[in-house]
Amino acid sequence: MAFELPKLPYGLDSLAPIISKQTLEFHYGKHHQAYVNNLNTLVPGTAFENSSLEDIIKKADGGIFNNAAQVWNHTFYFFSFSPKGVKEPKGALVDAIHKQYGSFPEFKEQFATAATTLFGSGWAWLVKKQDGTLDIVKESNAGNPLRNGLTPILTCDVWEHAYYLDYQNKRPDYVKSLWDILDWEIISKRY
Amino acid sequence: MSFELPKLDYSYNALEPYIDARTMEIHYTKHHAAYTSKLNDAVNGTALEGKTIFELFRSVSSLSPAIRNNGGGFYNHSLFWKVLSPNGGAPKGDLLSAINTSFGSFDKFKAEFSNAAATRFGSGWAWLVKTGNGLVVSSTPNQDNPLMDVAEVKGTPILGLDVWEHAYYLNYQNRRPDYIEAFWNIVNWEEVSKRFIS
Repeated sequence: MAFELPKLPYGLDSLAPIISKQTLEFHYGKHHQAYVNNLNTLVPGTAFENSSLEDIIKKADGGIFNNAAQVWNHTFYFFSFSPKGVKEPKGALVDAIHKQYGSFPEFKEQFATAATTLFGSGWAWLVKKQDGTLDIVKESNAGNPLRNGLTPILTCDVWEHAYYLDYQNKRPDYVKSLWDILDWEIISKRY
Repeated sequence: MSFELPKLDYSYNALEPYIDARTMEIHYTKHHAAYTSKLNDAVNGTALEGKTIFELFRSVSSLSPAIRNNGGGFYNHSLFWKVLSPNGGAPKGDLLSAINTSFGSFDKFKAEFSNAAATRFGSGWAWLVKTGNGLVVSSTPNQDNPLMDVAEVKGTPILGLDVWEHAYYLNYQNRRPDYIEAFWNIVNWEEVSKRFIS
């Protein structure tokens, strides 16, 4: 069965001015869609014909991995936002963040540093390790923590296409702005 | 002595419509300038101060990521601005002969170079490299280049194309192939020839 671009739960203009409608039109409508299309072109006739997206990410290499992971990563990224989301973590994730980072602001600081210092294209991740503790990891290009047995909780896309129309070279401003549209109701449930 | 941001040989709008003035200005005054100053920050006051960029590249695998990334960013963009010109044209003389020998024809070379630029996943560069075995097309991730000891294809880069999204996103967005096609209109073949001969 072919992979599909998931429908977004918000309008393309609803995250502005943090993420503009134009950026979403390209990022979701072109980049994300292209990864879906590429994957659907590459997979038929391979061992991954009946695999789940997660299975492909864990086992595949090369173009199949790149496109599968980029489909998953973008879906995970876009589904972390909401125009009027809950601004702070809830439930068990609060305790885990406090335990690991001391406070929510301190976590934000460390996560932003990871996203800002990742060189080139890639993704910054908050992940849950198998023992339940948290970690912040940087992955280049299509990198995805599922490959290392980690559970993704939050991600920040730092490919330049994610922010260049709105922020140009000012990646730190983009990263800082995202806190206003992240929905911690959704993110907390992932933990 | 510090590394310096080289002056541009043309104005920000000189490469329009292929590269727009806004992209040119941000690319040069923000991205290239930042690589240059961060390279100086990484080198100055250390045992590496005074080494040439080529010396740094030759042993870059043993140096900090800051030197690899910013040194590459400094050098690659310096080369990039030089191999671009409002007055394009086509390769001639010894360079054209070498291209024909290595690739069969100029068109085949262009196709191979364009493909290297289009298929580089993520950020990076496509190169035409002078090697001991003639001319070779390659691509490198991020700000690596063929002068670095970490490069798969090592040699002297004589033509480079920046395929970081910052190089084309304001003008071409997701259409990297259109940017690559446009690039062929503004290659400074005299400069590429000079680098080939020297």
